[in-house]
Amino acid sequence: MSEAVLEKLKARFGSAVLETHSDFGDDTAVVDASVWKDVARFLREDPSLDFDMPVDLCGVDYPSRTPRMEVVLHLYSVSKRHRVRLKTRVGDEEMDGAEVDSLVAIWPGLDWLEREVYDMSGVRFRGHPDLRRILMYPEFEGHPLQKTYPAERTQPLVPYRTEDEAGVPIQKQPPFGPDEGMPFGRRALPHDGTSAGEAAWSKPGEEN
Amino acid sequence: MGDMNRRAGSAAASQPTQSLTLDGNEQGFATTRVDALLGWARKYSLFAYPFVTACCGMEFMALTSPRFDLARFGAEAPRFSPRQSDLLWVVGTISQRQAPVLKRIYEQMMEPKYVLAFGTCASSGGFYDNYTTVPGIDKIIPTDVYIPGCPPRPEAVLDGLMLLQDKIAGGEAARRSPGVVKPRFDPPHAVGDLVQLRRSASDPRDLVPALHEREEKAL
Repeated sequence: MSEAVLEKLKARFGSAVLETHSDFGDDTAVVDASVWKDVARFLREDPSLDFDMPVDLCGVDYPSRTPRMEVVLHLYSVSKRHRVRLKTRVGDEEMDGAEVDSLVAIWPGLDWLEREVYDMSGVRFRGHPDLRRILMYPEFEGHPLQKTYPAERTQPLVPYRTEDEAGVPIQKQPPFGPDEGMPFGRRALPHDGTSAGEAAWSKPGEEN
Repeated sequence: MGDMNRRAGSAAASQPTQSLTLDGNEQGFATTRVDALLGWARKYSLFAYPFVTACCGMEFMALTSPRFDLARFGAEAPRFSPRQSDLLWVVGTISQRQAPVLKRIYEQMMEPKYVLAFGTCASSGGFYDNYTTVPGIDKIIPTDVYIPGCPPRPEAVLDGLMLLQDKIAGGEAARRSPGVVKPRFDPPHAVGDLVQLRRSASDPRDLVPALHEREEKAL
C-alpha cells in the first residue's frame, strides 16, 4: 500500500536499510542502529511522508540471534494515511551495546514508550530526558521481558508471611504449584549463564 | 438550664432510689450474651473499604447496585478512610508494587478488622503467575474469606459476605479458623417465587411461574 515509503527510504539511506518486506500488507524496514534517528527525522520531516503519529514502540528479545534485541517502531501519518514499521537490532548476548538514539526530540509522545522499553527489555535510549523505570519499581533488578529473566523469579517489596505467622496453609496446594498444569507448561531453565540454558532456548522442542 | 438541672438532681436525690443490680444467675447470663450481642451488631454494620484495582471492580459495582443490593446486609456504606472501616474488600489483582500500599492500608484499620479477597486474583494471583503479581493477598495480610471466580458472580460474593457474617457472629474463636464456603440452597417453599434469570421468555410472566398460578386463582 505504501511501498513508496520503503522505496524512498532505500533511495535515501542505501545500505543502511538492511532489509525490507511487505508481508501481510505491513511495510517493514529494518535499519542500522547508527541511522535510527536520521531515518526517524526523515520520516517525520519529509513533506511527502509526514509521519506525525508514533503508534507504538516495543522491544523484542531473540536470544538465539546476534544482535539480540529488536526495537520496533510503528508509525502512522494522519495526513497521508499510510503506515510503516521500522525496526533496528542492537545488543549482544550480554546486552552490551543495547543502545539506540532516543526519538523523544522528534515525537515527544515516545517519552513513556521508550521508558517502557527500557524497563521491560533493558534497551537504553541515548539522549532520553528522563530514562527511569516506568512500570516496575526502582528496587527491581533486571528486565522482565528479556528471555533470560527467570520465569519464576519474583522480587517482593513486602516480605511474604510464613505459614507459622498465618496459622493456616497459604502456600499453593497440589495440584497447583510452580507448573500450574498450564498447556504451555513452563520449562525450568538454568539461569546461571551456562551453556545449558542457551542450548535449551535454541532447541525449543526438546526437554532439558 | 443550670437551675433546672440542679433542681432535677435534688429532686431525684430526695426520692428513694430503686436497686437495678441483679442477683445470682441472672448476672452471669447477662455477661455471656454480650459477645453475641456485639457480634450481631458488628455483622450487620460492616463499613467497607473498597480496594479496587482491576476488572473485578465492575462486578463489585453490580453487587452494590440495587439488583443485588448489598444494603440488605448493612455493608453498603463505603468509607474511603481505612480508619473508619471494618471490612477491607480487596477487589482485583495486586501487583508487587501495590503490596506495600495494601499492607499499610490494612495496618491503618482499627480492630476489629476483616479482609475479604474478591476474585481469583486477590485470592491466589489467578493466572498471573509472574514477576509482577502477588500470588494472593494472604501472602501480605491475614484474610478472612476467599471468593473464587473470574470475576465471581454477585451471588457468590453475597455467599462470601454471609460467611464472613457467620464468622463475625462466632466471635474470636471463629475468626482464627479459615473460612469454608458452605453450599447454600434456595428454600423449598420459595422456589416458585424465584426469578429464573437464565430463561428467556416471550411472556414476562413466564419468568415467575407463581404469577400464572395467582392469575388462575384470581379467575
